[in-house]
Amino acid sequence: MSPLFLIFILLALSSAAYFFSQRRMLRQTRDANITRLNSLPEHFGMLGAIWAGAPALLVYFLWLIFEGDILMGQVLAILPDAESMAATRELLIGDIRNAINNPISYQMASEEVRMAADRYRELSQTASIALAAACLSVFAICSALVLKFLTPRVRARIQIEKFVRGFLLLCSTLAIFTTIGIVLSVLFEASRFFQTVPITEFLFGLDWSPQMAIREDQVGSSGAFGAVPLFVGTLLISFVAMLVAAPIGLMSAIYLSEYAPSKVRTAAKPLLEILAGVPTVVYGFFAAIVVSPALRGFGATIGLDVASESALAAGLVMGIMIIPFVSSLSDDVIAAVPQAMRDGSLGMGATHSETMRRVILPAALPGIIGGLLLAISRAIGETMIVVMAAGLSANLTANPLEAVTTVTVQIVTLLVGDQEFDSPKTLAAFALGLTLFFVTLVLNFIALYVVRKYREQYE
Amino acid sequence: MDTTEALDMPIPDQLEETVISGKKDIDLTTVGDYTTENPRMKIRDVNVFYGAKQAVFDVNLDIGSNSVVSMIGPSGCGKTTLLRCLNRMNDTIDGCRVEGRVEMDGKNVYARKVDPVLLRARVGMVFQKPNPFPKSIFDNVAYGPRIHGLVRDRTDLEEIVHTSLERAGLLDEVKDRLDQPGTGLSGGQQQRLCIARAIAVSPEVILMDEPCSALDPIATARIEELIGELRKNFSIAIVTHSMQQAARVSQRTAYFHLGYLVEVGPTKDIFTMPKHQLTEEYITGRFG
Ligand SMILES: Nc1ncnc2c1ncn2[C@@H]1O[C@H](COP(=O)(O)OP(=O)(O)OP(=O)(O)O)[C@@H](O)[C@H]1O
Ligand SMILES: [Mg+2]
Repeated sequence: MSPLFLIFILLALSSAAYFFSQRRMLRQTRDANITRLNSLPEHFGMLGAIWAGAPALLVYFLWLIFEGDILMGQVLAILPDAESMAATRELLIGDIRNAINNPISYQMASEEVRMAADRYRELSQTASIALAAACLSVFAICSALVLKFLTPRVRARIQIEKFVRGFLLLCSTLAIFTTIGIVLSVLFEASRFFQTVPITEFLFGLDWSPQMAIREDQVGSSGAFGAVPLFVGTLLISFVAMLVAAPIGLMSAIYLSEYAPSKVRTAAKPLLEILAGVPTVVYGFFAAIVVSPALRGFGATIGLDVASESALAAGLVMGIMIIPFVSSLSDDVIAAVPQAMRDGSLGMGATHSETMRRVILPAALPGIIGGLLLAISRAIGETMIVVMAAGLSANLTANPLEAVTTVTVQIVTLLVGDQEFDSPKTLAAFALGLTLFFVTLVLNFIALYVVRKYREQYE
Repeated sequence: MDTTEALDMPIPDQLEETVISGKKDIDLTTVGDYTTENPRMKIRDVNVFYGAKQAVFDVNLDIGSNSVVSMIGPSGCGKTTLLRCLNRMNDTIDGCRVEGRVEMDGKNVYARKVDPVLLRARVGMVFQKPNPFPKSIFDNVAYGPRIHGLVRDRTDLEEIVHTSLERAGLLDEVKDRLDQPGTGLSGGQQQRLCIARAIAVSPEVILMDEPCSALDPIATARIEELIGELRKNFSIAIVTHSMQQAARVSQRTAYFHLGYLVEVGPTKDIFTMPKHQLTEEYITGRFG
């Protein structure tokens, strides 16, 4: 029985348990003349389904998680010279896996590996039958327990509430642990990188050229991992982007929330949201195909030399991309300024724009700044537009007319293509990722802090 | 002074009880004289609509110079709406439409060429809930003089801020902390700050919409005292739900019902011998 089929059976059985428990409870109460149950019959149904089904499902998932490792352990144990091969164990496992999943690799594999793969298949056949048997018997045992213990006196409602809480807790822990796991793995790989390249060189080096000779006979640079040009490039592009997005986003938010008649507002807001929904890759080719050449042509007419891939083009388009982000965040904080403030100012004989400038904006300012910081961290993390419009050359320059590159772009190029996984070149990606993560984290912290502080003002 | 005189007035309890009849068609045309000797503003045949819904019907009323007129009536009867007509604050509400004339110095403030911004500098407003700006106490009071360019230099401004706070009876409490946020004051202090802010631009008329509804009796007493003071220089219209307050601070009282001005007259007369049945029911506490 295939595991996929098994899970459907288990789910079906659990729902059967639901209906059965519910019915049974109704019958019992009728027979015993109980007029008031402490919970709804549905609660008993759910509890019955959970008691009967959850342990079996747990067994099922635990098995799925550990199946691969257990079986592989078995397979390796029967290989004749497993001991001596300890060093190449990883490689061997990789080969066996390939042989199992891919008929062509199987054909090409060595005798040993083929044997192991055969053995693995056999084992997993047996294992899935064993799993089915195990799950079904667990289900049977639990059902028996339900029959015995699920009486009208069980406080099903409370139990269900507990179960729901536990389930929600599980989900959130899962999310948190995933995050922690990602951070730890990045941290780990980055620390491996810092064993080869000193952290000071990485953080303060002015030269970035990660090409390294992979094989002995290759002629190539030895690699330089100074991340400063990347961060400068990132900052430059983000700066251009914010130069576009901050004023336009803010002004449009002010117009929409304070001046626009409600008809315009209802029409314009969804339009802005469409702008937010355009995939970044579309912005990317918009930048590369439309904006870059236009800038270049314009530069030529006024006698400026604009590179065909320039920080300016990428920044401009990225700015357009985050306009809706800035505008909707600012819109929210401006709308959160109490009407009483507006009335107070207008009642003093202030004009609309005076009210805006002197009362509403100052009151909303912390929130707006928080929003802008969030927008900046978005700009810093943006990749696609930069890949397509700003180029790959790690120039250390503050001139937006030249090509620059950013942290995220370099991460992409470092990891794309066939790479040896533990060369400094690939590991550098993790170091960059870690630094970037740190920078955005700090920005977000500041932003959230500022926003929260602002919220307290009117409560 | 008139306020003390008003304080000694009999309060509605002593009135004779009248049985409310089940009459359906009560006449809502105004009883009493809506004019006054020396009017500062005149409301003439004003109708106000929120969209299709009419909130104020054919109201005529004068706001007398250097006197206080109070507007009373059950909740939702259009007091706030009418008050906001006087400085055109209704303009800021989407779908609100005003018909009729509101005159100041013989000119209709709803005339096409009147700038509501200038009007509001002459007709100030204090709101039901204190609404100081999230700025320092000083900047709150200096707000009006600054936007209207009433001052030439810092000394002028300080002068105005101090006298306004003084007249609002707040100076002694805050003079050491003018640079602290106005939102940090107590509710009663905040309301007096708002009054100081309103009088800092020397308006001619001050509109107050339930200025004491969020305040304790002591703060209320201070503000009532303040209104008595302010009357010497300003014309005041005040909306209140407290009939005692109306009796204490105002010279004339207008009673509204369902958007109609039902009765208006000298405060004393309204509370001692109301002419309209609805007024009587309201002030004797059998209605609203
Ligand atoms: N912005 C608005 N939009 C639509 N209708 C409104 C609006 N403001 C007030 N109204 C309606 O106009 C009528 C008069 O309201 P108004 O606020 O003037 O009453 P009020 O006498 O001040 O009441 P209260 O004593 O409760 O403050 C009410 O029926 C109210 O529902
Ligand atoms: Mg009101």
